[in-house]
Amino acid sequence: MDYMTLIQLLDSTVRLATPLLLACLAGLFSERAGIFDIGLEGKMLAAAFFSAAVASLTGSVWIGLLAGIAASMSLAALHGVASITFRGNQLISGVAINFLAAGLTVLIAQDWFSQGGRTPSLMGGARFEGITLPGADAIADVPVIGPLYAELISGHSILVYMAFAAVPLTWWLLYRTRFGLRLRAVGENPAAVDTAGVSVVGLRYAAVAICGVLCGIAGAYLSTALQAGFVKDMSAGRGFIALAALIFAKWRPWYALWATLLFGLFGALETRPDVIENVIGFKVQGQLLGALPYLMTVVILAGFVGKAIPPRAGGEPYVKER
Amino acid sequence: MDVMPKWAEVILVPLISLLLAAALSALVILAIGEDPVAAVKMMVTGALGSTYGWGYTLYYATNFMFTGLAVAIAFHARLFNIGGEGQAMLGGLGVALACLYIPWPHWSLALIGAAVMAGLFGAVWAAIPAWLQAKRGSHIVITTIMFNFIAAALLNYVLVNLLRPRGQMDPATARFPEATNLPTLHELLAPLGIEFSKSAPANVSFLVAVAACFVLWVLIWRTRLGYEIRAYGHSESAAKYAGISPVRITMIAMIISGALAGMMAINNVMGEAERLVLNSTEGAGFIGIAVALMGRSHPLGVFFSAILFGFLYQGGAELALWTSIPRELIVVIQALVILFTGALDNMVRMPLERFFLMVRTPPKPERKPVEPAE
Repeated sequence: MDYMTLIQLLDSTVRLATPLLLACLAGLFSERAGIFDIGLEGKMLAAAFFSAAVASLTGSVWIGLLAGIAASMSLAALHGVASITFRGNQLISGVAINFLAAGLTVLIAQDWFSQGGRTPSLMGGARFEGITLPGADAIADVPVIGPLYAELISGHSILVYMAFAAVPLTWWLLYRTRFGLRLRAVGENPAAVDTAGVSVVGLRYAAVAICGVLCGIAGAYLSTALQAGFVKDMSAGRGFIALAALIFAKWRPWYALWATLLFGLFGALETRPDVIENVIGFKVQGQLLGALPYLMTVVILAGFVGKAIPPRAGGEPYVKER
Repeated sequence: MDVMPKWAEVILVPLISLLLAAALSALVILAIGEDPVAAVKMMVTGALGSTYGWGYTLYYATNFMFTGLAVAIAFHARLFNIGGEGQAMLGGLGVALACLYIPWPHWSLALIGAAVMAGLFGAVWAAIPAWLQAKRGSHIVITTIMFNFIAAALLNYVLVNLLRPRGQMDPATARFPEATNLPTLHELLAPLGIEFSKSAPANVSFLVAVAACFVLWVLIWRTRLGYEIRAYGHSESAAKYAGISPVRITMIAMIISGALAGMMAINNVMGEAERLVLNSTEGAGFIGIAVALMGRSHPLGVFFSAILFGFLYQGGAELALWTSIPRELIVVIQALVILFTGALDNMVRMPLERFFLMVRTPPKPERKPVEPAE
């Protein structure tokens, strides 16, 4: 494998890891606050549709992004009402949200565009284009560093840089602010937070709302940056891979970055079977690569390699008086 | 202790949830510019108006009965088996192997053999997450989700690389031999003098599913094991104190659950397609969640809600055929049913409880005049 192939491979790794990373951080906020969220998939899908649809109707991808975030946040609000206010089963609520998004997106797409559940292809200002970072063209011909900067680091859409910036931001918010401390506490011991006079319900709604924003960006990335338009079921299990990455990362922001990059690499390798064959000398089944994130998560969950301990109060509705 | 009378708990709460889901679905249909009343009429004629429609309704209902029962038995042990889809896929693999590689003399023997294989494969696929939950404490919901994806990848590999006949393009097995083809309801009812549509896929597996409902009812409510499963589901600590092993109950409940989900394959793989194709389950494993929730995890409830969902599926297919309403409407209805009967259960229940508390007249303590001691 030559250097350029490696750069290309890593480039598509970054592209594929971005939606996973955003969704993974979304799940991190929610689950750190004690709200299990298996509805990441549905929120991403809804955001993917609404951002593509609104972008194609208005011609502005930024309005599309806002619409995607709004769609994702409404589903997040539904999850909040079901699991915080009415103390319902968070897992069942997540399942319902996934189906709701899967059905409604196609239904509305058919009604608005009559193209068999897809949006028209997005062009020009209705898409996030790659950004050429300053100096990328100038040093593109410098050996080693040139391609690295011009191909791998430069040339992605703004959402990719936002996703990577979200990692230190999440870390800072969770570990260096009062809000973060309380958010983590509410996922471990909500009664203690309540005793301190801080609203458990408020904190959890805040976490679910942040989760909605991040899932919205992830979904918008899928349909307006990674691809040009929405197609039926385009999230294709990414929400669940993000969930797997979250466990793999043991609910920590920096680990989330590495986990999603790793799963992104699997995705990139899946499309380049020739590269694997060249490097390790034998053929690896594409299906195995596709299933690898799930297999690795099961191994991690089983505690054979390191133990993933979820937030203690995760999945438990908080009842004030007992 | 119970705030609500039993009939309200069993009938009123699910009914209100269902009505809420139906009302919202009607709004969705209105929003996309169609007439909900006409849509319902079309669904009823399409799904229940002919024996052809009934044949499809019962065919879908058979799938949903198996997966619904699978979710229900796990619910009784307070386990959420979201992996019915993967277990049903593996069940399909078991059926395919049994039908392709064993020369069955008669369909009845083939049905038994295939059902055993399907149950076995599904049970193994559920037993691994169960063991990981019981022994290693890994959350069963997450592991069963992961196992759905692993099952899909495994099935894809097996169909593309191992079971696909030479020269065939689409990833599917060869057709099953003639002797394993199950009789349809048409063939079963003809000797009784009942005309039933020839082309509908409902087959003898429907009777197996109904029998499974009954067996599961006996198991849950009339045996010691069922009692232990329910006790464990109500309170793990109390069950432990009573000498019930959590590991054992988790394993047994999930193995039964996986076997039931796997046995769905005798209907869709053996009864209908008569070969194993990719995505043969068509999401029936997930519909099982809605069915179990609406049926309150009771086998009888599962029976009725499976038929309701069978009706919705067949009716939805008719709608997609004759109107511009896509099939995905059913997915929305399914989501709303899960939402209202599952996640927003308390939203329906809390006002009802308040109502029943208000109207309940406290039973007057019967006062016997105290006879003065002599």
